[in-house]
Amino acid sequence: MLMTGAQILMECLLEQGVDIVFGFPGGTILHVYDALAGYLSITHVLTAHEQGACHAADGYARATGKVGVCFATSGPGATNLVTGIATAYMDSSPVVCITCNVGLPLLGKDSFQEVDITGVTMPITKCNYLVRDVADLADTVREAFAIARSGRPGPVLIDIPKNVTQDMADYAPLDRNEHSKAGRLAQLMKRSSQDFRAPEPDYWDIDILADMLRASQRPMLICGGGVVRSRADREFEAFANRIDAPVGITVMGAGGFPGLNPLATGLVGMHGSQASNIAVDACDLLIAVGCRFSDRVALKPGSFARNAKIVQIDIDRSEINKNVETDHHIVGDAKRVLQLLNERLEQLEHAKWKDYVFSFKTETEYDEAGDHMTPGQVLDIIAKVVPRDAIFATDVGQHQMWAIQHLHFEYSGQLVTSGGFGTMGFGLGAAIGAQAGNLDKPVVLITGDGSFRMNLNELSTVQYYGLPVIIVIFNNGTLGMVRQWQTLTCNGRYSETTLDRGPDFVKLAEAYGLNGRRVADVAELEVALEDALAGRQATVIDCAIDIDEMVRPMVGGGSDITRFMVD
Amino acid sequence: MNEISRHTLAVLVDNEAGVLSRVARLFSGKGYNIDSLAVGTTYDPDISRITIEVLTSEKQARLICSQLRKLICVHSVKRLDAAKSIRRELVLIKVAAPTHEVRNEIIQIANIFRSSIIDVSTSSLTIAVIGDDSKAEAILNLLGEFGILELVRTGMVALERGEDTIDAQTKVKDEYDYGKNVL
Repeated sequence: MLMTGAQILMECLLEQGVDIVFGFPGGTILHVYDALAGYLSITHVLTAHEQGACHAADGYARATGKVGVCFATSGPGATNLVTGIATAYMDSSPVVCITCNVGLPLLGKDSFQEVDITGVTMPITKCNYLVRDVADLADTVREAFAIARSGRPGPVLIDIPKNVTQDMADYAPLDRNEHSKAGRLAQLMKRSSQDFRAPEPDYWDIDILADMLRASQRPMLICGGGVVRSRADREFEAFANRIDAPVGITVMGAGGFPGLNPLATGLVGMHGSQASNIAVDACDLLIAVGCRFSDRVALKPGSFARNAKIVQIDIDRSEINKNVETDHHIVGDAKRVLQLLNERLEQLEHAKWKDYVFSFKTETEYDEAGDHMTPGQVLDIIAKVVPRDAIFATDVGQHQMWAIQHLHFEYSGQLVTSGGFGTMGFGLGAAIGAQAGNLDKPVVLITGDGSFRMNLNELSTVQYYGLPVIIVIFNNGTLGMVRQWQTLTCNGRYSETTLDRGPDFVKLAEAYGLNGRRVADVAELEVALEDALAGRQATVIDCAIDIDEMVRPMVGGGSDITRFMVD
Repeated sequence: MNEISRHTLAVLVDNEAGVLSRVARLFSGKGYNIDSLAVGTTYDPDISRITIEVLTSEKQARLICSQLRKLICVHSVKRLDAAKSIRRELVLIKVAAPTHEVRNEIIQIANIFRSSIIDVSTSSLTIAVIGDDSKAEAILNLLGEFGILELVRTGMVALERGEDTIDAQTKVKDEYDYGKNVL
């Protein structure tokens, strides 16, 4: 059927089962938005800023496991996506960004709102495309989605010059299951070297690991983001129970293993619990699943798990031995590898080792500090009031670490947080995306006053689309994490971190047409949360906490994992 | 493992716009300096072959290879073992030759190295040398005293000796993925 490029794009989104797109229109993407108006089965969420759209698509992808899609126009529209794309890239989140560029005759002439966005995003996408011919459009979109979601997922960008969105081409519908059998994707599938296909794990390697486990007295498991991306919760929990080993989680792995399982030792690494970090140091076999040993986990690669044989299970071969030298590795999808391991292993027992590990604290207790609530108290109330299946989004900083330390996530996709890139301002957009993909579940955004100020313009999006997001601001009047570092490493010189300025978050919420509540104690917080949940109304809850609260424990960057700067 | 040495990588890529910058970016982004790079189309016009020489450790070389393989535009990557491959580079050297005697001397040197004179003028000679880096270095040492006016290298290209090709045996288990692929 003869269609315009813009219509072909919409048809291709339908092929992929896309029902929601986040974006912001503009001059070059005009015809795409014109076509969009004719496709009623695709909901468009108009954000306040393209960055919010990209974070929303990312949050949607993380919470649902499906590919998130966002639209932006050329030039500033496209570059506004960049932080969002980098965030998705670092955390392996499948997002397809569609930008339009100036028409081909104007390309390369510094035309109005022109930018070489494929050049800009080259280091932060799995792949990107500039579609020069409308005849290639359908194939390119199919390839882009396949690449975004397969193997180790990640963002892909398609840049379409304006004239290509108007040009006509013949479009033949193709079922998604047939995509890999036709066109460019079929060509790609023939290549032996493509990592975008998940390699079937080597059974020999699995048997070796099974033998290593049988020989181990003190095994330790790390649940990384790969478990969450692979939605391998059940296999991972079965594996942990089978080998009877303590399980530490990384920031990205939160949700991959139930926080209330008696084997959970909590976060591992810079803000890892005593139990986790000491177990990593003392174990004789460390198995990391879907974890790349970032510098926030393996703080000092040379001494990390120094008494242990290290085994890495990852879908991405280029992660093996990248940060930490391993003794054994298995390349494959976490779900499949764990299935195979579970089939081979009998029940193991390590009671003595567990007694040792769990003699250390798995959770930090905070002293009650007079007139303010402690972070622990705030989170305890949230955990008590909010339904157990609620989705949590966070921004970046102290509140993020507190949330991951104290909330016991139960399933993959329950926590939406920017781990690798540490993007302040990620939370609100991500919460919008997570809520849009899960209208039946409450979504709670835990944020700090510093992060929230960055992209709070998206409150208008929350209001307009009636998304019942509950926003809890840990308001300590400072950029808390930076202040903590200043306290510990800069002799308490608080250079430019104190936020002794507006806005008044309650009035701000009201200005956006949302409920705003300021709470001073536990009882008020409980009531505010209950009201927000009962009314299914977006509410901003401003929660004052002490300016000098710290995330504890803390190990300095580059130190041995058991050298706690703060207990 | 951490000693710095020269590694020769042969990379087959799509013959498309932007591919070279994708490959080169991978090196610059990680702070590796490319020593030599040569690109040209293969027998299949849709595929180009890039030969890259990089000074780095064994560990980094493996890492680069596995990261190159992740690029969608890359078909295959193979590290060429120096002992089992032939490396050649074309160097064009323009030497000052103001007099008849000097010209004769330079021509003699060129002949010894089996290189050819490809241009001559009253005050200069241009010589084309094909060889590995030791040959180019040797002739440059000798020609240096006459005054080298200009020099250009194509970058090293390399092929394995014998019947081995880049398409066969790219799956070194130790270095790359194994088993069968399934989407």
